[in-house]
Amino acid sequence: MEGDLGWWAVPLAVLGGAIRVSTPILFVSLGETLTERSGRINLGLEGTLVFGAMAGYATAVMTGNPWAGVLVAALAGAVFGLVHGLICSMAKVNDIAIGIAMMLLGTGLAFYFGKPFIQPAAPDLPSIPFGWWSDVPQVQAALNVNVLFLAGIAAALVLHWGLRATKPGLILRVVGDSTDAARAMGLRPAVIRTMATALGGAFAGVGGAYLSLFYPGSWNEGISSGQGLMAVALVIFARWQPLNCFWAALLFGGAGALGPALQSVGVTQGYYLFYAAPYVLTLGVLIATSSPNRALAGAPGELSITK
Amino acid sequence: MAVVEAQVTGGGAMAALRRAEPVVIPVLALLAGLAVFALFLLTQGQSPAAFFGYVWQGAFGSVFSWMNTLSRAAPLLLAALCVALPARLGLVVIGGEGAIVLGGLAAGALALPLAGVPSAVGLPLMALAAMAVGAVWIGMAGALRHYRGVNETISSLLLAYIAIALMNHLVEGPLRDPASLNKPSTAPLADGLQVGMLPGMEVHWGLAFGILACILAWVVIERTRWGFAARIAGGNVRAAEVQGLPVGRLILGFTALGGACAGLAGFFEVAAVHGSANASLAAGYGYTGILIAFLARHNGLAILPVAVLLAGFDASSGLIQRRMDLPDATMQVLQGIVFMAILMSDAAYGRLPFFKARG
Repeated sequence: MEGDLGWWAVPLAVLGGAIRVSTPILFVSLGETLTERSGRINLGLEGTLVFGAMAGYATAVMTGNPWAGVLVAALAGAVFGLVHGLICSMAKVNDIAIGIAMMLLGTGLAFYFGKPFIQPAAPDLPSIPFGWWSDVPQVQAALNVNVLFLAGIAAALVLHWGLRATKPGLILRVVGDSTDAARAMGLRPAVIRTMATALGGAFAGVGGAYLSLFYPGSWNEGISSGQGLMAVALVIFARWQPLNCFWAALLFGGAGALGPALQSVGVTQGYYLFYAAPYVLTLGVLIATSSPNRALAGAPGELSITK
Repeated sequence: MAVVEAQVTGGGAMAALRRAEPVVIPVLALLAGLAVFALFLLTQGQSPAAFFGYVWQGAFGSVFSWMNTLSRAAPLLLAALCVALPARLGLVVIGGEGAIVLGGLAAGALALPLAGVPSAVGLPLMALAAMAVGAVWIGMAGALRHYRGVNETISSLLLAYIAIALMNHLVEGPLRDPASLNKPSTAPLADGLQVGMLPGMEVHWGLAFGILACILAWVVIERTRWGFAARIAGGNVRAAEVQGLPVGRLILGFTALGGACAGLAGFFEVAAVHGSANASLAAGYGYTGILIAFLARHNGLAILPVAVLLAGFDASSGLIQRRMDLPDATMQVLQGIVFMAILMSDAAYGRLPFFKARG
């Protein structure tokens, strides 16, 4: 094998890209699923993702340990989620608008504190070479799977089971479907929603750490460019189901990898149009899956966005 | 102002107080946000006094800084309207940046065949093209909302990302001026197609049009039956439909109108500031416009002072970076904190003891 695959390099690069690019989208959409299942929407996860990327990178640079970075990113994400949750518990406060403000604040704080960390290099998160059986470098590159991707799959499975079969899952669903029913059961919806938003923020933080510590693997101000927002839109497409989030994230990862893959075989025409592919796909999916007349199947009853 | 009003009306003091509430609460929220930001600066070992001193100096301290501030206020006025107009219908549109970028691009592209045409014909054509493109772009978010039930907040922001990609594609490809080497741009505008300065000022005409647009928006919302219908629909869509109001046409109309304002901002950025369309169009005015609209409670007249204030922070940013060695994201942190404060203040309406009717 010469390593020259011609056009075959494109689907291979898209597959590898799907695995690489999808991980942060998967984490954010899982976190947002948790939050939205409790009846609240957090549009600020874009800001959480960027701040998580900065916090994780900075921690890894200072400690030399990428896993410490992941932990700090998760904690920072939880704090952002907690702030969102607590503010939204106040009367008459609009959760969508708070999300926009948190997006602005999160990216602002990330750029502010991240300035000194644009230059230094942080240690990468480890990955597992599943492509060891092949001697084609492109295959090896495509199947070099990061540990966090596997963790994301595990998290999707655990959430899928947890939402259906456990008591906390049931409580979350009751709160999300009817505030009145939850109150009648003696639950405190505001507290549970705040906790769900904090946990969702932690997921988004981990997604951010993946961005800066594995792929693209460095910290800069253009690191996310809307991936957090796409992941939020994706949750609607995934019908608030964690397992669907996984497939949707893979699809979007593949769309995001299309531009660079075509560029690698020499197609440079329309690079920016391919760059827009994930946004167009998200919008198309939103249009196809929304409906003006009926409530969306599987939508939590208390969710402001689908009411 | 509110206090004076209360004293003048005397007997109707209670009514005046209630009218002052929507002014006093945002002002208090703004001050609270600035106070929290001052604490943030203290934790960074920086002096808030020095910071606000430089803001004053860089934004409002001299004729030169006033000109700088007002130049930046021009696009912000129009970008804020892109949020404020749909907001009266209860829509949260945050993708104004996309309409600015595509509006500017349309103006820049149209300037090429219009070279040599008299200004009196060419400039209005360019402005109209920019407004039409902006209206279509944001109107799309409105149409998707009305006909497909797609959330307009998410769709408008996605459309903004798509718009920027489209602009990059066209500016680096079909519309690129071969002479623009380092920064791909459309061909420079012909002399006759450039917008000049306001008489006696170093601020371009965009400011006058921005102010005019804000006043018109206020008149439309507060003094016409369309505005009245929009406010009804913003309060309760079903009630408006039962009343026979054309909710769909209102949504399309107000989102398109907002987009036209943002497109016009793009036109002025190209024809009065940059001289050609390029990546500088995506300067973040659309995002600052969101904050301005919320601070002004989506009132066209209130947008005027708020936009000047935020433009002032923007204008002093360079001075603060140089003198205090703070990162350029400092202003974004400030904006984020103020935004949070203003949204949290929504919980205060009807609750402050000062505004409660006594007896």
